[in-house]
Amino acid sequence: MAEDKPGILQGTLDLMVLKTLETMGPLHGYGIARRIEQTSEDALQLNQGTIYPSLTRLLQKKWITGEWGTSENNRKAKFYSITKAGRKQLAHEARSWERISGVIGRVLKTVSSGE
Amino acid sequence: MLGWLRMVASRICGWLWPRRADEEFARELESHLEMLTAENVRRVMPPEEAQRAARLRLGGMMQISERRREMHTLPLLEAFVQDVRYGLRTLRKSPGFTSVAVLTLALGIGANTAIFQMIDALRLRVIPVKEPQELMTVQLADPTGMRGSEASAYPVLTNAIWEKLRDSQEVFSGLLAWGSNSFGLTPGGEGRLAQGLFVSGDFFQVLGVRPLMGRVFTASDDRRGCGLPGAVVSYAFWQRELGGDPSAIGHQLTVNYHAVEIIGVTPPHFFGLEVGRSYDVAVPICSQAVLWSEGNWLDGGTVWWLNVVGRLKPASTREKANAQLAVISPGIFQSTLPSNYPVENVKDYVRFKLGVAPAGSGVSWLRTQYSASLSLLLGTAGLVLLIACANLANLMLARATTREHEFTVRFAIGASRSRLIGHSMAESLVLALLGGALGLSLAGALSQFLVASLGTQDDPLFLDLKLDWRLLAFTFGLASLTCTLFGLVPALRASRVSPAEAFKTTGRTATASRKRYGFRQGLVVSQVALSLVLVVGALLFSGSLRNLLTVDTGFSQNGVVLADLDLFRRLNVPYAARVEFKQDLLQKIRALPGVVSAGEVEIVPLSGSNTENLVWVEGTKRASEVDSKFNSTSDGYFKTMSIALLAGRDFSPQDTVSSPKVAIVNQTLARKLGLGSNPIGKTFRRQATPSEPEQSFEIVGLVADAKYSSLREDFAPIAFLSTSQDPQPAPFAQFVIHSAAPMAEAVSNVRSVVAEASPLITADFQPFETTILAGLTRERLMAKVSGFFGLLAALIAAVGLYGVMSYLVAQRRNEFGIRVALGAQRRDVLSLVLRSAALLLAPGLVLGAFLSVAAAQAARAMLFGLKPSDPGVLVAAMAGLGFIALSASFLPARRAMRVDPMVTLRYE
Repeated sequence: MAEDKPGILQGTLDLMVLKTLETMGPLHGYGIARRIEQTSEDALQLNQGTIYPSLTRLLQKKWITGEWGTSENNRKAKFYSITKAGRKQLAHEARSWERISGVIGRVLKTVSSGE
Repeated sequence: MLGWLRMVASRICGWLWPRRADEEFARELESHLEMLTAENVRRVMPPEEAQRAARLRLGGMMQISERRREMHTLPLLEAFVQDVRYGLRTLRKSPGFTSVAVLTLALGIGANTAIFQMIDALRLRVIPVKEPQELMTVQLADPTGMRGSEASAYPVLTNAIWEKLRDSQEVFSGLLAWGSNSFGLTPGGEGRLAQGLFVSGDFFQVLGVRPLMGRVFTASDDRRGCGLPGAVVSYAFWQRELGGDPSAIGHQLTVNYHAVEIIGVTPPHFFGLEVGRSYDVAVPICSQAVLWSEGNWLDGGTVWWLNVVGRLKPASTREKANAQLAVISPGIFQSTLPSNYPVENVKDYVRFKLGVAPAGSGVSWLRTQYSASLSLLLGTAGLVLLIACANLANLMLARATTREHEFTVRFAIGASRSRLIGHSMAESLVLALLGGALGLSLAGALSQFLVASLGTQDDPLFLDLKLDWRLLAFTFGLASLTCTLFGLVPALRASRVSPAEAFKTTGRTATASRKRYGFRQGLVVSQVALSLVLVVGALLFSGSLRNLLTVDTGFSQNGVVLADLDLFRRLNVPYAARVEFKQDLLQKIRALPGVVSAGEVEIVPLSGSNTENLVWVEGTKRASEVDSKFNSTSDGYFKTMSIALLAGRDFSPQDTVSSPKVAIVNQTLARKLGLGSNPIGKTFRRQATPSEPEQSFEIVGLVADAKYSSLREDFAPIAFLSTSQDPQPAPFAQFVIHSAAPMAEAVSNVRSVVAEASPLITADFQPFETTILAGLTRERLMAKVSGFFGLLAALIAAVGLYGVMSYLVAQRRNEFGIRVALGAQRRDVLSLVLRSAALLLAPGLVLGAFLSVAAAQAARAMLFGLKPSDPGVLVAAMAGLGFIALSASFLPARRAMRVDPMVTLRYE
């Protein structure tokens, strides 16, 4: 069960999925994966399947909900949307992400300037 | 925290319905794949290439599904379920071990649960009425100076005090009163009794008990002069007497020879306010005047018979209620002072204060009587369970030894240590749960048996022994505890294998399991020690019972029948003619074949009734006051009971209402009054009572000492008065009849004499011995149950010793064979094995002796004629247990003796 520990990579993916759902509204798995690839300007080439464990985790925490619907091309697909608790969590996570990245950035800068 | 809970909940769902979620996810992935393929097709890939590229982009579908499945269910739980299944399978393979284990556990858990069930019903539960915690008993804060007759074992008030309190109080939001009594249900002939309840009009409203059928009483039913406005019956009575007839309302009942209509039935859970007894028929308090033609308790200011219970106002507390009652008490007692209250105690009466005590769990004579016994029995049952656990641990260890190889192999091929422990524990858990389930069903039967053996025919016991969450929690808590107790050490040991050793040897070696064996020895020693405690307990209780049964009572109960007669309630005989009527009846009985003698007595010895007054020698101005018991008898009583008349004369029909008052005293009273061995002709005075003024009695006889109200007491001073000098004989009488004829014949002869005298007389017969045994219910219960536990413990310990000795013999088989081959006598081998058994037994017995002496202190109050550390008992218990245990090890010892040296040598 080591995979369940919120490692940085895993947590980042969760955060990105949440953010995507917040800005785009309800989306299916393929859509989420595409969107993440696009916004990262294809810098992040996902093994698209890896978003599913992330979706499962978010579903279990009730931060997102899933519902079967029909896609733009008339395909059956499961659409995910962010919940109220999800938005709250996103805001919280985003803040702490910024704080941490800020701290790390500063630390890295001082270290490199100290050399 | 919330997120975590949600996750667990969703995991449990996923675990319970895996297929649905799996299928859904497969469809989701399928649709994702289609979208990716479509995208590739848009990028003008050939269809096959498009699909392959899509699969690559998505990643391994199997891996994704598996990851999701892992996240979605409970892997630990799944492993656990596997362990349990495996455990069940291995247990099924050894039915002998499984049944012994489950049975011992079931006995242990069952006994504990049964006793806990009684404690729960008696002590822990509140009564099933609305907001029971608001109910408070209203009672005399200090009953010193209370005179008259008390008709209840609980704190009671007189009707006058109750009425005054009811009409003048503002302390409680509601107030109720009740008194219990037996009601005769038959119109005549042989008596049949129901548990009767006199209740105030508001009784059911204040308690919040609504009728199941019909109606309950209201304040308007309970008015002076109400007659018999109706009866409310309990659900149990309705089922038993009326077969649950839905048209029972309006049905006529006979209560004390009066017809009364049933107006309502109460719901099944309501049994009254007395835990341990269920009411049958309730009538208003005002009906007492009708049901007792003589002796009006409504106006009799010295009959204390009503239990008063109030419901606190919402904001009130016990302290506030006490303070408010203290304020109104003087007014109540000053205005209710009975005119016949003995002068010397009037000052006490007007100073009485009312106070409250919590009544939320009802009142219970049973509770006070049995609390200590039940706690002790629970402790005993706990010990039995502990011994059973030690035994099981031993069995599990033995199994672990034989399965060592299996465990080693499992470990070698990659099972983790925690998994091995889990596997062992799962097996214990299965055993414990099976034992618990069987124990629970055993407990039902056991507690029924306990309840039945606590009640008597005349006074059946009622305890609401329902299966509630508390009981279930107790049983399964106990089961899991036992599982840990007997499973953990074997599990830890089983897991301590090293794969390197795994394949080295499968044969027997002399040293392989020395350490393990040491632990098992320790278990046996503690088993023997604990068993000794239980055997000592059993001997102490049965010894006390025997002492009580053989104690010198001063009278003989052999061949004595007790006749309970309702003479004058329907048969109209004026006071003046009653003495003669009874004398005639006694004469006819004495003339019956086989009857040695017969007499009347007011208070049957050992029945628990009690009358006490202060007496002093005439002319000493109360300088030498003695608190003496009183009883009234006719002539012939002492002869019937074989109580020796040491000096003077027996009463005679010549002692009449108009002749000087006479008395017979026993030795103790004569001694305490300082009258020595010949008090005949002396006179003593008795203090005033509510019914009679202070007066003198001339002593005409001296009798030998005899027990009065209980077997445990020392001989008390007793003054006997003559029933023939009673100016107002009661409608009831009790005759004692000593007959040489068989009991049944004597009873039927007397019954026909009584019926001949008048068909309006109701008579009940009982061997006097039954009364004595009824008074020893608690002692008999303790002797029976502790005897059973003691025996059980001794057996379990013997089985434990047998197991360890068998193991030892199996381990040392080769050594014995070689010894015999080298010329040792078979006798020597036998004594060698028995000696090692004795080496286990001895420290167990010594340790047990110390434990017993300490534990027996808890039972000190319940013993009679035995000290908790009685050396005889201790020695007997040690010898008995030692004998049983040594006999158990004799079987393996014989097996050792029969080892064939040739077989051994060939094997080596």
